[in-house]
Amino acid sequence: MMRLLARNRHSVQRIGYSLITLMALATVLPIVGTVIFILFKGGSAISWEFLSGFPHDGMRAGGILPAIIGTLYLTLGTAVFSVPLGIAAAIYLAEYAKDTALTRLIRLAIINLAGIPSVVYGLFGLGLFVLFLKFGTSILAASLTLSIMTLPVIISTAEEALRSVPQSFRTVSISLGATRWQTIRKIVLKEALPGILTGVILGLERAAGETAPILFTGAAFFLPRLPQTPFDATMALPYHLFVISTQVPEMPIQIQYGTALVLLVFVLTMNVIATVIRSRARAKRQW
Amino acid sequence: MVITTMNKIEIENLSLQYSDGAESLRGISMGIRQNAVTVLFGPAGGGKSTLLRCLNRLNDLTDIRASSGRILIDGENILDPKTDVIALRRKVGMVFARPVPLPMSIRENITYGMELAGEKRRVKLDEAVERSLKLAAIWDEVKDRLNDPAVALSGGQQQRVCLARVLALQPEVILLDEPTSGLDPISTGKVEAALQELKKNYTIILVPHSVQQAARTADHAAFFLQGELIEYDEGKKMFTAPKEKKTEDYVMGRFG
Repeated sequence: MMRLLARNRHSVQRIGYSLITLMALATVLPIVGTVIFILFKGGSAISWEFLSGFPHDGMRAGGILPAIIGTLYLTLGTAVFSVPLGIAAAIYLAEYAKDTALTRLIRLAIINLAGIPSVVYGLFGLGLFVLFLKFGTSILAASLTLSIMTLPVIISTAEEALRSVPQSFRTVSISLGATRWQTIRKIVLKEALPGILTGVILGLERAAGETAPILFTGAAFFLPRLPQTPFDATMALPYHLFVISTQVPEMPIQIQYGTALVLLVFVLTMNVIATVIRSRARAKRQW
Repeated sequence: MVITTMNKIEIENLSLQYSDGAESLRGISMGIRQNAVTVLFGPAGGGKSTLLRCLNRLNDLTDIRASSGRILIDGENILDPKTDVIALRRKVGMVFARPVPLPMSIRENITYGMELAGEKRRVKLDEAVERSLKLAAIWDEVKDRLNDPAVALSGGQQQRVCLARVLALQPEVILLDEPTSGLDPISTGKVEAALQELKKNYTIILVPHSVQQAARTADHAAFFLQGELIEYDEGKKMFTAPKEKKTEDYVMGRFG
């Protein structure tokens, strides 16, 4: 009887393990599947002309250069606003803020900011930046809108990275005659930098792939030339993909998948950079 | 408590309470002699570390509910809000219980405080590195690998580098909070020997990690119990013929 039970238990455990392994594999499948599928469908569209040319024939032919450049501009524009602000906010929260009602309110706001649907950011950006501040439909307005969306990601990962630096470093530094700010600059930020960078890249990566926030604030259906100033509207990969997939009749399918592939590569590259930074820093870390 | 001549530090009626109600100090008054090792000993939670952290105002980083009294170093009340705490911390250095090498090379650990103080001249920095590592009795062991990360050293070596890091700032007072608690007996011996050498030029205040270490190192010893200073006397008397019953019980190992 005991033996039977023991054997039974063993096989139950084995079934359990198999199930868990299967579920783990199931999470990988959609990603690998999507990449392979898009590579297969869109790979043939990729050519020098596709990457460096303007669309023509009502976007049914030619390249997607303005969309690529536009997404680059938007990502950089987002970085310009969200990175300094996000890191500053994280430093305040991790290093200076005491646990008061105010800081709890700030934290609550950050958490909720992260939960807002992206289209709501788009509408907010339209109201504030495009109309009220009169930036018009522009790279500037779109970058600011994307920045607000990216901020919670940057703030929370940067705060986490700052907090993971051992407290004893701060105590020792201050005991050696450093001010708080010197300690942050020379020790804490330096040690937290890889973690902060990872957060920044992950945040920007999300910004690069979003359609809804730029829909009303900066994205253009088609532009015959590249944007010249931050006050120009721009084409962008995610929006271009949306346009050619839904708004253009008789759109050649491989151009759609080719565009998707370029966007995917753009975002995945950022992801890989973040991963490399993180693992390198981990290997070098002295604590 | 009639040790008054050549006092580097005068603590006058110092009381303090942390916000979380942990350790506290009650009405501590004592003079601390120049060029001697003064040992603060007693059971955990007695207020020894708290007192140390008052002497370089490191307690500023902690939430304190209330404090009163004065600490005079060279006649100046360092608890005065107008005190330049940066200058104070350069003058009153501290070594912690666990060695904490900063995440940089051995050399950078030593020069960190000096560079913050504005010293940029390579010659001066090199001089300080050699001088302070020698004073901390670690020079011979690290002189060929000053650019290696300090964390790669053994615990005992790290702690002596930490001592050298303090010495590089040419302090006048050195606070040591159980500096050998994590070290083996040989490393402990080296640190203690270094202290005996250092006391010729510095005022040393040590929280020892055992009564034995207190007895070995103390020129003067102060026994703390639950935030109060029970007895303060020359080390020799304290560990052979304590006046207070509580001190005797603790020194004899009847509680602890």
